[in-house]
This record gives sequence, C-alpha cells and structure tokens, in this order.
Amino acid sequence: MVTGPFLILAALILVGAVAAVRMRNLVHCVLAVAVVFVGLAAAYLQLGAQFVGWAQMLIYVGAVAILLVFAVLLTRGGEVPERALFSPGWHWGVTIGAAVFALLAWAIRQSPAAHPPPAAPVQVTVEQIGTALMTHDVLALEVTGLLLTAALIGAVIIAMNDGGPQ
Amino acid sequence: MLGEGIIKGMVETARNFLGSYVREDRLTTVQYPEEREPQIENARQFPFLVYDGEDWETGLRCVACQICEKECPPQCIYIVKSKDKKPDYKGQMQFYPAIFDIDLSVCMSCQICVEVCPFEAIKMDTDYEWSTPDRFAALLVHKDQLARPNAYYQQLHPTDAAASDAVLAQERARAQAKARAAAELKTKAAAPPPTS
Amino acid sequence: MSGVDQLFVQLKHWALARCAGILPEAWQPLVSLLLSIIPLLVIFPTLFAAMVWMERKGLGRIQNRYGPNRVGPFGLLQPAADGIKALIKEDIVPRAADRVVHWLAPVLLVTTAFTVYAVLPFGRNMVVVDLEAGLLFFFAVGTVAELVVFMAGWSSRNKYALLGAMRAVAQMISYEIPLVLSTVTVVMIAGTLSLPQIVLAQSPASGWWPAWFVFTPWGAAGFVLFLIAANAEANRSPFDLPEGESEIIAGYFIEYSGFKFALFFLGEYLSLFAVSALGVTLFLGGWHAPYVVGEWVPSWVWFFLKLLAVLALFIWTRGTLPRLRQDQLMNFAWKFMIPMTLINVVIAALWHWIGSGPVRWLVCSALVIGAYSLLGRGLMRAGRWMPRTYRFAE
Repeated sequence: MVTGPFLILAALILVGAVAAVRMRNLVHCVLAVAVVFVGLAAAYLQLGAQFVGWAQMLIYVGAVAILLVFAVLLTRGGEVPERALFSPGWHWGVTIGAAVFALLAWAIRQSPAAHPPPAAPVQVTVEQIGTALMTHDVLALEVTGLLLTAALIGAVIIAMNDGGPQ
Repeated sequence: MLGEGIIKGMVETARNFLGSYVREDRLTTVQYPEEREPQIENARQFPFLVYDGEDWETGLRCVACQICEKECPPQCIYIVKSKDKKPDYKGQMQFYPAIFDIDLSVCMSCQICVEVCPFEAIKMDTDYEWSTPDRFAALLVHKDQLARPNAYYQQLHPTDAAASDAVLAQERARAQAKARAAAELKTKAAAPPPTS
Repeated sequence: MSGVDQLFVQLKHWALARCAGILPEAWQPLVSLLLSIIPLLVIFPTLFAAMVWMERKGLGRIQNRYGPNRVGPFGLLQPAADGIKALIKEDIVPRAADRVVHWLAPVLLVTTAFTVYAVLPFGRNMVVVDLEAGLLFFFAVGTVAELVVFMAGWSSRNKYALLGAMRAVAQMISYEIPLVLSTVTVVMIAGTLSLPQIVLAQSPASGWWPAWFVFTPWGAAGFVLFLIAANAEANRSPFDLPEGESEIIAGYFIEYSGFKFALFFLGEYLSLFAVSALGVTLFLGGWHAPYVVGEWVPSWVWFFLKLLAVLALFIWTRGTLPRLRQDQLMNFAWKFMIPMTLINVVIAALWHWIGSGPVRWLVCSALVIGAYSLLGRGLMRAGRWMPRTYRFAE
C-alpha cells in the first residue's frame, strides 16, 4: 500500500504533527493541526473512503479547528511564551514513548490479525453507509446521539446559569 | 408576524429601483463636471487675499501683522514680513508680506483667519476645484495665486463685501478727518497767533 | 435543440480528439480536466465583474442614484477600472503581521472558492466531476473559508481585524448548521448526495405543477432558509457584521491592500456564486426548465438565468435591509433558523412517508406555517426592548 501519494500525505501529516507540537506560537500550532486534519482527510480519500474523507474535512477543519482557535483566543493563549517550550526531562519522555511504541509495534506485527488475506477493494457508497448506520450499527449511532445531546444540554445549562440576574 | 417589515422594505426599494427609471425627478444626482450646483452665498472653501486698485502688489490690504498665522488652528499659513514699508489704502506707511503661503492640503476651511483679520485683508473663496497631480509644491499656494481684486469679493459675497467696504470707508473717513484735524492744528500752529 | 444544448460538451470532445493525435495517452485525463476547468476559471471571474457592475448599478437605483456611468457606456468598464486600480496599488504588509499567514489567507480563499465549482452541474452533462458525495464535498471545502477568515484577521495584528475575524467565525459557525440542515431535506427526498442526480430528480413532469423542489411546502421553506443562511455565510448585508464598515472599518481585511484585497473581494463573490449555484441546483431544478415545453432552451441558459435571478435577489436584500446587531444575529440563528430547519427536516420526512395526494400538501403546509408563526412570535418577543443589565461592569 506504500505508494507515491501515500508517502507525500504521510510526510505532510507527520510534518504537521511535529509542527503542532514544536511551534512556539499557539495559533501556528492550531493551523498546523488543521493541516494534519486535511492530510488525514486526503488519506481517507486516497483509500477510496469518500464519505469519511469529506466528513473528516467538514467536521475537523470546519468545526474542531475553529473550536481550537476560539479556545486559544478566548484564553489569551495567543501570546508567545517566554520560557522554554519543553521541561528539562523531555528526553526521558521521548525514550519512554519510543519504547512503548516499539513494544506495541512488535506486538502488532506478531499478531495473526495483522496479516489478513488481501481483500478485494470494495466501492462503498454513501447509501450503504447510511443503511448500515440505520440497521446493523444503529446502537452505536444512538449512543453517540445520546452523548452529543447530553453535551448540548450541558452547554445550554452552563450558558443559562451565566445569564441569570444576581 | 415575523418578516412583514422585510417585505414592506423590499417593496419600497423595488419602487425606488423602478421609479428611478421612470421619473427623472427622483434622481437628485448632479452630473458634476458637466453641470454644477450653484453655491450659496455663504459657501467657503479656501482663503484669498483682497487687494484694492489695479495692481495686486501695491494694493494688497495685508500688512503682515501675522495674527492669522498665529490663530490658524492647523497652522497652514506662513508669513514673512517685509523689511521696507509701503503706503496702505489710507496712505499710511505699513509693512507688507514678503511671503504669504497657505498650505491647501492642511487648510480646513474654518474661516478663523477671516474672523481675526483686523484689516479685512483675507476672505474666503468659494472655488473648490484645486485638484492637482502634484502632492507637494502645487498644494502650497503663494501670494500671487492668492491675490484677488476687491471687485471679485464684491461679486462673490455681496452682503459681506458691502459690510467690509463700509467698515473700510469708515476707517478711511476717520483717518482723513484725523489728518484734516492734524493739518488744521498744524496750520493753526504755523499761523501767527491772533492778536487779541 | 440538442446541438446548442450540448455545444460545449461537443466542443470539449472535439478538442480532446484533436489533442489525442498530438499528446501521449497518459496526458489525456489531464487535458480533459483542463478543458473542463479553464472555462470555469474564465466564466466566473467574468461573472464577478458583471456582478460588481450590476450590484453598483442596482444599489444606486435603489437609492435613487445613477451608479457608475463614467467608465465606458453605462459604466460597463467600471470593473476593469477597479481591477487596474487594485493591481497598481501598493501592497502593504504591517510590520507586526505574520507574513506567511497574511500572504496565505487570500490565496487559500480564492483556491477553495474555485474548488467547490468542481461538483456543480452547469448544464446537461456539464459537470467537472460527478462525485458521489458531491454535496458533502461542497460543504467540506467551503468550511476552509472560516479558517481562512480567521487566518486573515489574526495575522494582520490589528484589533479591528481580529474583532472582524472573531465575528466572522462565530457567524459562519452559527449559520453553517442551518445551511447544511436546510439542504438535508433535499438529500432525503432525492435520496442522493450527488448534485447531478439531485438535478435529475427534479426533471419536468408532464403535469401542470413544476417538479422543482421549491414548489413543495418543505422546499419553499428550505429554499428561504437556505438563502438566509447563504447570505450569512457570504457575509453580505444584512449579515455583514464581520466587515461592518461603520464599526470595524473592513473587519478582517482592513490590513489588506492592492491585489490581495482584490483577491479577497474575488473570493467572497466566488463563494457567493457557488452557494447561489448550489441553491439553484438543490431547489430551483438546476438546469431544468419548469415544464417540458421549456426544454428547447439550452440547459446552461436556464442555469445561468436562475443564477442571475438569485444574485439579483441578493443585491435587492442588500439594498433593503440594515445590518443586524450581534445579539440579534445569534438569536436569529439559534432560536429561529436552527429549530426551523430541524422542523423542516421532519416535514420532509412526513412528505416522503404520507405518499402522493392532497393530504400531504395540507399536512406539510400547515406544519410549515404553524412552525413559522410560532417560532416567529417567540423571536419577536425576545427582540423587545429590555433594561440593560451589566454583569461585569459593576
């Protein structure tokens, strides 16, 4: 599956991810995260998952990135910090992270599930996704819907308490 | 009902839109370079210097007292007083401005220079067509461009000019009376004392 | 009939056939794409110029003025004069600005504005790519504009620009939801996300009632809601708070000058055309005539006529309505637009399930009118003057 377009996208995503962590200015970090989102959407598209790709773009670039922007601006995080970006013991963190990654990668490589027989690529239409969501995966959909409704009601309650007369 | 006002407004603008094609009197626009609206008498745009007589250099009323230069709020007037003197309208010897510049780009048409001038020497013009492609030199207006005959002022602002002429005539009459009295006194003094 | 109708399609095939002899086989898809894209890159900027002229003339007449009439006959060359002026102006970047982001914003805006045209069908067989999730693509790419507006406002390092950007982002997020929800009804009835398929679902029937979606209760409500939300998405009056010349000068493009400003201008109008074209496609039958009789007129003529009509409506509202206040804007979005679009989705579902007959007309019309008057009454009550309370200024 390692093709030219995939390599370009992977490079874009990785560069964006590193930039999102390393940039000093928080707004630049948010923009780098947006680049990562766009790269992921393109990766989905490259795998033939049109609906997921465009939905990723719509939700992550259009909503999540904007939410991050709002959070940064409303909390005055836009100023560039004076002190160093990393705590002194950062190499320990990197070492542990790399070790965990190596272990997980080794475990996954050993697993028989990692080598399934190559499946024939199927063209999944939007209609099929919709039908699956309404029949086979309806429980997941309902649970997600319930969660989002709860979040929405919570947000409304927070906003309501704020506006009452004292 | 929500949206009623919007529909009313849309109907009104549609009536304006169509009406402006049907009825010419709806369009109040004046097509400027071809046609101009007449200016009212009290219009003021930019100062000019009044002179009496034919020659602007000798007839300039300004005596370079520099009051306008000091009073000008944006300080757009620049005056250099002359070394020598010349006779003014009532024959008195006075200084005159060697340099009198007004910066058009700074002037705000407030007319304060006119209000403070004790000699009726600076007045407001109604001419507003001063546009030029040169941002600097052409917008610094010199004495020779500023000078206008009194007749021009009389034509521009008849009421104001009549008042100003009256003031000047009064001043001149007073000066002449004074001169006559002085002359009489002099002749009296010069004449041999009457024997009584 | 079909000769003129398919003129551009035939032209493209002819050009492609001529190219086939000269160019290698691998270049064919590229040439085919270019032949589809280049007309769009020519037509829509031209439409932008025409729209600027129409808008200035129309607004002028609405205000009992002449509008531009100096450059060329009837002021027709005014857009050219504006363009030349924008090109020869000095390009100023504030010293404190974030140069890269500041430069990137107008470029991205125009790029994304052009990208969404890829899925819009301009006539029979006239679409660049027939994506299966075309409507989703349109909104997905369109959302980049929000981020771009923020980038422009933030990178300028100007308080007005930042205020404008925050207003714009808040407004676009709020109106994105009704915009998408109002199109969901069409997707439900047509049963597809592909725009050419949606147009086919509105093919003229033999009956006396046109098959356009706007001629149904849910479609009429949806079209009005769509137009309002599109107006807000395009930041046009009465929703031009992000630009508000009298409050925050020009909002997020206050620090842009010369050609970058022109690019912003172009990008705004391009997205306005795109969203209007989407409205035409979804509700006004796309390139279809209302009746079979009207089909002798080429499909692309129908499409552009409808597009121009929608644009004229936008100009008309701009000339009529004053700018909203921020709280009115948000109240309208969250207390009227979103509930109304949600109810409209339910109405569309009812329309689908009741089946044909006068009953569904009665039920759906009653529901639309009832919901509208109820929500409208609530909104009017909320808009009454109340003593202002300060919470943080005590």
